[in-house]
Amino acid sequence: MHKTLIAAGAALLLAASPVISPAMAQKKSIKIGFVSTFSGPVAVIGNNMRDSFELALDHMGRKMGGLPVEVIYEDDGFKPEIGKQKTEKLIESDHVDFIAGYIWSNVLLASLKPIVDSKTFLVIANAGPSQVAGELCSPTVFSTSWQNDQTPQAMGLYMNSKGVKSVYLIGPNYAAGKDMLKGVASTFKGKVVGQDLTTWPSQLDFSAELAKAKAANPDAVFVFYPGKAGVQFLAQYAQAGLKGKIPLYTAFTIDELSLPLQKDLALGVPGAQEWVNDLPNDANKKYVADFIKKYPGHKPSFYGAQSYDAANLIASAVNAVKGDLSDKAKVQKALEKADFKSVRGNFKFGNNHMPIQNFYLQDVVKDAKGDFVLKTVATIVKDNQDSFHDKCPMK
Amino acid sequence: MMPALTVRNIVVAVLLVALALLPLYAQLAHDRFLLTLFTRIVILAMAAVSLNLILGFGGMMSFGHAAYLGIGGYAVGMLAHEHVYSGFVQWPVALGASALFALVIGALSLRTRGVYFIMITLAFAQMAYYVVSGIARYGGDDGLTIYKRSQFVAPLDLSNKTQFYYVCLVLLFGAIYLVWRLINSRFGLALQGIRSNELRMRAIGFPTYRYRLTAFVIAGTLCGLAGALLANHTDFVSPAMMYWTRSGDLIIMVVLGGMGSAIGPVIGAVALLVLEETLSGITEYWQIILGPLLLLVVLFARGGIDGLLMKVGRRQDDEVRS
Amino acid sequence: MTLFIEQCLNGLQFGLLLFMLAAGLTLVFGIMDLVNLAHGSLYMVGAYFAATFAAWTGSFVLGAILALGATLMVGMAVEVIAMRRLYGRDHLDHVLGTFGLILFFDEAVRLIWGPEGLSLPLPSWLNRSIQILPGFQYSAYKFSIIVVTLVVAGFLYALVMRTRIGMLIRAGASNREMVGALGVNIKLLYTLVFGLGAALAGLAGLMQAPILTVQIGMGENILILAFVVTVIGGIGSVRGALVAALLVGFIDTLGRAYLPNILNAILSPEAASTAAPALSSMLIYLLMAVVLIVKPEGLFAAGQK
Repeated sequence: MHKTLIAAGAALLLAASPVISPAMAQKKSIKIGFVSTFSGPVAVIGNNMRDSFELALDHMGRKMGGLPVEVIYEDDGFKPEIGKQKTEKLIESDHVDFIAGYIWSNVLLASLKPIVDSKTFLVIANAGPSQVAGELCSPTVFSTSWQNDQTPQAMGLYMNSKGVKSVYLIGPNYAAGKDMLKGVASTFKGKVVGQDLTTWPSQLDFSAELAKAKAANPDAVFVFYPGKAGVQFLAQYAQAGLKGKIPLYTAFTIDELSLPLQKDLALGVPGAQEWVNDLPNDANKKYVADFIKKYPGHKPSFYGAQSYDAANLIASAVNAVKGDLSDKAKVQKALEKADFKSVRGNFKFGNNHMPIQNFYLQDVVKDAKGDFVLKTVATIVKDNQDSFHDKCPMK
Repeated sequence: MMPALTVRNIVVAVLLVALALLPLYAQLAHDRFLLTLFTRIVILAMAAVSLNLILGFGGMMSFGHAAYLGIGGYAVGMLAHEHVYSGFVQWPVALGASALFALVIGALSLRTRGVYFIMITLAFAQMAYYVVSGIARYGGDDGLTIYKRSQFVAPLDLSNKTQFYYVCLVLLFGAIYLVWRLINSRFGLALQGIRSNELRMRAIGFPTYRYRLTAFVIAGTLCGLAGALLANHTDFVSPAMMYWTRSGDLIIMVVLGGMGSAIGPVIGAVALLVLEETLSGITEYWQIILGPLLLLVVLFARGGIDGLLMKVGRRQDDEVRS
Repeated sequence: MTLFIEQCLNGLQFGLLLFMLAAGLTLVFGIMDLVNLAHGSLYMVGAYFAATFAAWTGSFVLGAILALGATLMVGMAVEVIAMRRLYGRDHLDHVLGTFGLILFFDEAVRLIWGPEGLSLPLPSWLNRSIQILPGFQYSAYKFSIIVVTLVVAGFLYALVMRTRIGMLIRAGASNREMVGALGVNIKLLYTLVFGLGAALAGLAGLMQAPILTVQIGMGENILILAFVVTVIGGIGSVRGALVAALLVGFIDTLGRAYLPNILNAILSPEAASTAAPALSSMLIYLLMAVVLIVKPEGLFAAGQK
């Protein structure tokens, strides 16, 4: 009996580690770790990113630089500490060459240190905390999304053009929420009459904040609530009797993933975005058409578009060095060139490895079939660079 | 005295030796993550050992023990954020803050009994949770990244993973030894006496309140040390470290491993976290097994794994004799 | 002024909702002497049932009614299968065993409904604001929650104070052994009480579902608040639970609403809006600690033990 017990104990210890691998003799594949949220109420975002990443791999024959690609998807559970553990596992146990993904700024900030310390290449596909664009920028860290402040800054400019004189700001109290509200306030010329940051992600009842916004009686309300929180916010905006009374301006609150739940509550609510499904370039047309073909019933979103770009950016660099990743400086140079066809058209990196890109105004309309869709209305800013790039020591 | 060669002692010895040799294995297997995982296990085992002192031996069902993990962790994190990196400052502050917190909440909580004690310790831990999540300077809900680990004199370097693992392991063994010495001392015997019958102990002249409070503070301080280690291990602190479910996890480790045995919580921590890591790799739905398992342990195996091992040993002895 | 009234209504709504959870908890706690951490799981199950049934039937109200019945059944089943074995054990066993049940329920829900959670959309007649006073608009849905919970609270009062079952419940809360000795079928009474508590938790869950979305682990945050309410009110006292629930509801909502403005005077807006919700949550626990230190058995201790 006791022998079996000891054997079981030993087996447990062994089972905790993968089979002993022979020293890495020759590179047989390109390993990419992808961290996103695949469980809980925002799993729909993570799945959209994964689907788009997979689609990009299909488009390149699942090979980069002649080597097959292996992707390990890890779920951060929407929590910084879990995201960090998964990131460490990818680096230390799976020995990945690249890490991509990250929806949430707070998860990314928690996970950044092991990535930078190990000099693993990171391609951020959504989160854009100001620190990563500024003082925490790193030679091995790249982004195919934006810096958090940029999108709301574009919205601030648009509100100026609409003659909005006063605004009430509401957003979640985490790294991105703080950036977003600062972003809109930095370009908006009117008066910010009040602002509320709500507990994230647990608080989904915005009645106290909406009551205050109503009492402040501003020209407009600006809001940032990604994922399901955006659905809840629009519903409660209507429940509080504010819809149609105070115009709402948004960033990352209405997208293809939340729209099927927001429906007519989102009609006529403008948002700023760096990618919209109807952008007229060939790469985008291919991405959108093939996504709908491969995943019937699903639609591509900006989260997916950024992930699709992330895969293509990685592929462009691996192809440039012909699959030989041993010289990190070479790989970095290749990544910096951004030699790929982005689904948002023009794409280039600034000194801090953040994209310099256009921002568009998007609106919700009903298409011929009666479905709610997003469409581009105008270009708000061209070739916009984030405002933290001069804090980055890389030149 | 040489410990008897029972099944239980063999398993314990194998476990301790395996823990000591783990870095070697991780090196051979080219798997540094194994070391990361086991560093975490060793640190949480230490927290569980500290909880066991009051839960297993003192009968004090604290449902807020994770608070000390957070306090110890945030002491390191906040000081590092203010560019104070010396471990000779950070660690004493971590221990002192935990001890003080334990003293204050212990003094108040120990006036209550039973379920009210459970709830009031929970309340205080939740307060600590909200304090740190309310301070924007230290990251609020987002937590705080620690860019430099606690610094001691050369050649001790905590950012070396193997060195850090051994530091944690030595401290764990130290904690086990401390608890073992305590429970076999006059103080520990009195504490266990108070657990089974406080009224009688008071009647024969023991200042029971003071005894319980002392144990409460020692346990809190020890857990604060585990918190300082955890912060160094993860290079990151967040309020989630002290959320009430984390306190629940610690209780599970203690009970699963075996209350009232100095080594039980270590077995519990290793078992729970290794199970978690392996089962979650095999099936996503592993908690559907763990949950009822826990209920069964409560209903039928009060001594936890350690108790089972001892029972197995005894049965064998009986077989030999008969 | 209307702002203050509106915030008070929000506080009232949240408090009454907490009462739905706490009432079941305090009854189970008081009568069976059982610390049931899995109470939050029943709240979650109620929400999942409601979202599922509402989608099947296409009617929010019908879905809610079916979900109530289903949660009642689940509650009684849990009592018969698991809880019954925990009566008479010490509280540590309760905490552990029911913590195990939380894990079980979370995973079972994940297995059945998937990891993504559900949403329970409101019918359009609730998804708007109504005028409840001249010139004063309020969310129709929140207002209906207040009405429903008040009706249920009234029903609960009548049940506990005016019926034979209620008499047994009250007797059980103050002296368990005596009720059993008098030849009452205590097993059946326990199952019924537990089922009633489950249904109340389910009601709270399904009412919160349209606001908070339906997700795994949704019961864990609110469970602790419900416990706080139970303990402040005094274990076993339904009246105490009501008073404490309203107190907690008001502190939480008014704290969130007004503390940022007050703190703005001394802190930056960012620091103030980080500190405010934390401070109002902390006030709740502070209230509980103070109540326990001053009155160790809660505000309305039920009977002498």
